[in-house]
Amino acid sequence: MIHSLFLVSNSGDIFLEKHWKSVISRSVCDYFFEAKEKAGDPENVAPVLQTPHHYLISIYRDKLFFVSVTQTEVPPLFVIEFLHRVADTFQDYFGECSESVIKDNTVTVYELLEEMLDNGFPLATESNVLKEMIRPPTILRSVVNTLTGGSNVGGTLPTGQLSNVPWRRVGVKYTNNEAYFDVIEEIDAILDKSGTTVFAEIQGVIEACVKLSGMPDLTLSFMNPRLLDDVSFHPCVRFKRWESERVLSFIPPDGNFRLLSYHVSSQNLVAIPVYVKQNISFLETGSCGRLDITIGPKQTMGKMVESLMVTIPMPKSVLNVNLIATQGTYTFDLSTKVLLWDIGKLNPQKLPNLRGSLSVQPGAPKPEENPSINIDLKIQQLAISGLKVSRLDMYGEKYKPFKGVKYVTKAGKFQVRT
Amino acid sequence: MTDSKYFTTTKKGEIFELKAELNSDKKEKKKEAVKKVIASMTVGKDVSALFPDVVNCMQTDNLELKKLVYLYLMNYAKSQPDMAIMAVNTFVKDCEDPNPLIRALAVRTMGCIRVDKITEYLCEPLRKCLKDEDPYVRKTAAVCVAKLHDINAQLVEDQGFLDTLKDLISDSNPMVVANAVAALSEIAESHPNSNLLDLNPQTINKLLTALNECTEWGQIFILDCLANYTPRDDRESQSICERVTPRLSHANSAVVLSAVKVLMKFMEMLPKDLDYYGTLLKKLAPPLVTLLSAEPELQYVALRNINLIVQRRPEILKHEMKVFFVKYNDPIYVKLEKLDIMIRLASQANIAQVLAELKEYATEVDVDFVRKAVRAIGRCAIKVEQSAERCVSTLLDLIQTKVNYVVQEAIVVIKDIFRKYPNKYESVIATLCENLDSLDEPEARAAMIWIVGEYAERIDNADELLESFLEGFHDESTQVQLQLLTAIVKLFLKKPTETQELVQQVLSLATQDSDNPDLRDRGYIYWRLLSTDPVAAKEVVLAEKPLISEETDLIEPTLLEELICHIGTLASVYHKPPSAFVEGSRGVQHKRLPGSAGSGESVESPDTGSAAGASDAPPAVIPSQGDLLGDLLNLDLTPPATTGPPPPATSGLQLGAMDLLGGGLDSLMGDESEPPPIPLRTDTPQSPQVLHQSPSPPDYSPTELGGDLGGSSAMGAGFGAPPPAAAAAPFSAPVSGGLDDLFDLGGGVGMPMGAYSPPKTVWLPAMKGKGLEISGTFARRAGVIQMEMTLTNKAMSVMTDFAIQFNRNSFGLAPAGPLQVLTPLSPNQSIEVALPLSTVGPVMKMDPLNNLQVAVKNNIDVFYFSCQYPISMLFVEDGKMERQVFLATWKDIPNDSEAQFQIADCRLSSDAASNKLQGSNIFTIAKRTVDGQDMLYQSTKLSNGIWVLAELRVQTGNPNFTVCLKCRAPEVAQCVFQSYEAVLKN
Repeated sequence: MIHSLFLVSNSGDIFLEKHWKSVISRSVCDYFFEAKEKAGDPENVAPVLQTPHHYLISIYRDKLFFVSVTQTEVPPLFVIEFLHRVADTFQDYFGECSESVIKDNTVTVYELLEEMLDNGFPLATESNVLKEMIRPPTILRSVVNTLTGGSNVGGTLPTGQLSNVPWRRVGVKYTNNEAYFDVIEEIDAILDKSGTTVFAEIQGVIEACVKLSGMPDLTLSFMNPRLLDDVSFHPCVRFKRWESERVLSFIPPDGNFRLLSYHVSSQNLVAIPVYVKQNISFLETGSCGRLDITIGPKQTMGKMVESLMVTIPMPKSVLNVNLIATQGTYTFDLSTKVLLWDIGKLNPQKLPNLRGSLSVQPGAPKPEENPSINIDLKIQQLAISGLKVSRLDMYGEKYKPFKGVKYVTKAGKFQVRT
Repeated sequence: MTDSKYFTTTKKGEIFELKAELNSDKKEKKKEAVKKVIASMTVGKDVSALFPDVVNCMQTDNLELKKLVYLYLMNYAKSQPDMAIMAVNTFVKDCEDPNPLIRALAVRTMGCIRVDKITEYLCEPLRKCLKDEDPYVRKTAAVCVAKLHDINAQLVEDQGFLDTLKDLISDSNPMVVANAVAALSEIAESHPNSNLLDLNPQTINKLLTALNECTEWGQIFILDCLANYTPRDDRESQSICERVTPRLSHANSAVVLSAVKVLMKFMEMLPKDLDYYGTLLKKLAPPLVTLLSAEPELQYVALRNINLIVQRRPEILKHEMKVFFVKYNDPIYVKLEKLDIMIRLASQANIAQVLAELKEYATEVDVDFVRKAVRAIGRCAIKVEQSAERCVSTLLDLIQTKVNYVVQEAIVVIKDIFRKYPNKYESVIATLCENLDSLDEPEARAAMIWIVGEYAERIDNADELLESFLEGFHDESTQVQLQLLTAIVKLFLKKPTETQELVQQVLSLATQDSDNPDLRDRGYIYWRLLSTDPVAAKEVVLAEKPLISEETDLIEPTLLEELICHIGTLASVYHKPPSAFVEGSRGVQHKRLPGSAGSGESVESPDTGSAAGASDAPPAVIPSQGDLLGDLLNLDLTPPATTGPPPPATSGLQLGAMDLLGGGLDSLMGDESEPPPIPLRTDTPQSPQVLHQSPSPPDYSPTELGGDLGGSSAMGAGFGAPPPAAAAAPFSAPVSGGLDDLFDLGGGVGMPMGAYSPPKTVWLPAMKGKGLEISGTFARRAGVIQMEMTLTNKAMSVMTDFAIQFNRNSFGLAPAGPLQVLTPLSPNQSIEVALPLSTVGPVMKMDPLNNLQVAVKNNIDVFYFSCQYPISMLFVEDGKMERQVFLATWKDIPNDSEAQFQIADCRLSSDAASNKLQGSNIFTIAKRTVDGQDMLYQSTKLSNGIWVLAELRVQTGNPNFTVCLKCRAPEVAQCVFQSYEAVLKN
């Protein structure tokens, strides 16, 4: 099981270590640094490394490496999932997950880690259980604590720990009872030169924010549940009811949580909201190239495309760009060679266009690779798969909650090859 | 205020100040001080000097302070064992606290203090906590047993904690169950044979119930534990699968993958025609696809596992090709894995799409990825025949880009394509030759040289090309040198007139100026071959090569089966069996997939078959498969006394070779030059002075010398020939020992003996033996029982270090000497071995009685198989009973121990039958004729002293014989009858 954890900054400093069994010298991380050195880009460090006596399983999040050490055969996915959970918890407790914030809260971090794992076995990873044991720092509490000598460690056994619904604590009370659901869909797509879809799928999630008193039992039903044939549920969802009736029946955790994630892969259901007309070419001789990109709406279901942004990692030999944008602004990062064009709203009457010349290092050969164009966009009030929530019912409690559903579609990994 | 204040220091000295604060009267100040200490500890500062002061703060009702002190204790107790004793009392007291949180905390912390003196005090509180009324305390205590076991395993066993832990599997609370399972699994890992997790249908049921209710982490533990269970039949297997499938929709990817493991394993037992089987296959695809939309680290592990799943059951993901398309911003480790799976899934249906993608990837930035993409195109060509033409043209396009590393990769794969589709694409050779100068990597150079040598007759200036390589011969890598040697010899055999000088040059470079034994040996072999028998040389060097297939880059089936049982673990990420790399894995058990039941597949290995059938056999007779494997694993496999071939006498050989070369070459040249050039033919008798003293030995593998590319290792162990080291060994072996081997065997096998011996059957198919095939039989020769085997190496590498062991068996058969395989077994070579057996080994009754379980070891692995020996080989020579004794014994044995059998269709007279049986030590004592029916009374004695008496009734004109057997051990009757039948019919 998980033996030790080292938190390593982007620059390669170990700034926190925690051991759940015997102490392992931090020199074990040298193997990790070696791999990091070799990979170049921190994102390219392989997540599972073998050293003569240990295995290093790591994740890279928010510019931090979470490096765990194990000595025996363990499922690596288990470790990776746990590390992500640790990062999520820090995010949840401190608002962000960064070196400075972790250093500022070392003792809380240490208490949390001790509570999350015992002898390498996960103990409490649910946010609400943890928060009952170790209260998140707030300015108000630290003032109160200093005055009263109180503590930020809970003195009683968290109620959720052992109940059948470990994700919910008892005795929740709100004056305003509300339940909001965000249906968020991301389109992952690869389009080829001619604009044909090589691959497209939708990654959808339903994020919930539920603030309801007592022990509410919710049922969420869809207009078109058949869309969802590949789903992962929060543990609170009753699988049997989904199997038989295609409704989501659950006792919700308190606060924010991800109710469901799903995956729509059949090609004909995935609409591509924009098209890209592009031409990027480099002259065989001479040190210049041309770029001409136009973006227009394709299948937007009558909705406005917003926050449109185009990112192009240019070949290394491109020295600078000289372009004119009919809409929005562009920047070109001279060190990373990334061209960023921030367009904003897409006006179907007057399509945004970016064109001009690229200056290439004199004498350098014509770049071998073709840059790929990455698109970011957002469409409010639309789930592009067509998924629609039909109703939300609450049982078990008497009051009437406020309910709401919001839809948004975004571009995930949306790439156009040139 | 944040915790960073704890790091500020003053000039006076940090430790000094902290000490003062820790001893302060004010609670708040104390707590702040402990926090400072912890903060220093987290960044690796040594604050162990404060130990007594911190421990003094332990007696407190402030839970936070208590927790902080505990944190400190866990870190430093080991360095201050005597001081740590001071804390024991508080721990013991806290274990009695009314607050379950504190009880759990105390027992948890105590377990983390790795000091022997403290563990003694831990036992009593732990025992109480294991039976605590609060499940939170029980689940914490369960984990504590694992901790304690890690510190002092003996103590845990002596105190009976393991049994208590086992009881917790039946606990009412699912979290307690999950933690008990986790703890037991961890303990079991260090005790592979302890059988701690004794899984039976009842416990499985409890686990499945707990599975639905416990946390995600608990589910992982339980699923991993379930995967070790072998269901009794397909129905149980199905019902477990049904209860596990809902886990596939879990948000935690580790749960999903563990569930996939259980399903993949138990699916093996389901009949393929079952509807549920199809449903299950369909259910497996979506969760696997979903794993690929997770974080890149998760994707990587998922992809490594999908790689295994796709090899085992390609049907699951065959329609999901597109999800493996590479995205521009995938991390490189994800890209490479995706590419691998794309090729595995490539088929005629989707090849166009795949090729278009691969071509796209070949223009990306990352060099490693581009190289792999180019190779992938070649693999597609080999895998999908219809696409070969398009692949080749794609590769040619890529060569036109002139990007150095792309060209080199393309040449390497085109070489493989030539080997798969000979005489089809040779028109591209001209294009390849244009790029000769740009090749600077050994593998590409070797590939190009191979192509030039192989197609020398079509390349006008082949000799010039090869000569140009020869200039820097000593600077080349071994791979290139070996290839160059072979290519020039090929060229010489194809165009002998112009290239004599060249071949002599390369032979002398290889044999005289090189320090590399592989190169030298290969040089000598060619030299000798060319000088003694050019015809044979031609046959050997220019022999037709076996086609390569795409299967070569697959994981070996046995390893794959084992890895499927380890889905989701580190083994599955490394694609190595856990025994190969997990530290301290003394005797990690090899896991196997259960055999399928009910379906028409009867080609199961005998031992899996016996395990599957164990349910209807009496349990005492057959040990369960697990035990059996354990038994065999514990056997001491001694390697043969001599390893490897004796070193060849280099100097002598050298002289001989030199002498012979002159004559040999002259003869070749002479024959060629006097009559107008007639191409060498194998059927024209050549040079009379060359006596065919040493024809190429029968086992000689032509491919070895035929100029395989040495080690194109990047394509997996597959496409290339064995690595040079392995390739070199066979050269000396067959030449020196081949003929002797033949003579040896002539003595053993050839002489017909009286006793019947069944024909050889395949005991260990090459599929299960990682390329080693064993077929064999048993025989009794001059009173000695022999196990006669043919070992065939069907793998690509040399096998050495053979050894054999038997499991205990009914008649105590055991090898009487080591397995005599003294020379290494090179690829495609077979060897005959006769192993004398004794009957004084340990005895255990088997079912069937004549079943023998064998373990054969070689340098690759240990293999297990079982075979059945004819019981007639146990019939001893002094098996003739006195008449009177026979009569008395016959009467003495009760009639219900008599067994009667029919032998149908046996056209022998009674005398002929009697003679035949006598040859197998079944002796006729008396003969009686009643009503035209001959009654033969016969006796025979088994090696362990059991007498079997028989009455054989033969009716003239009736081909059906009747045998009545009487024996004090009636269970042997069936086997004896089988021997009768076998002997009489052969």
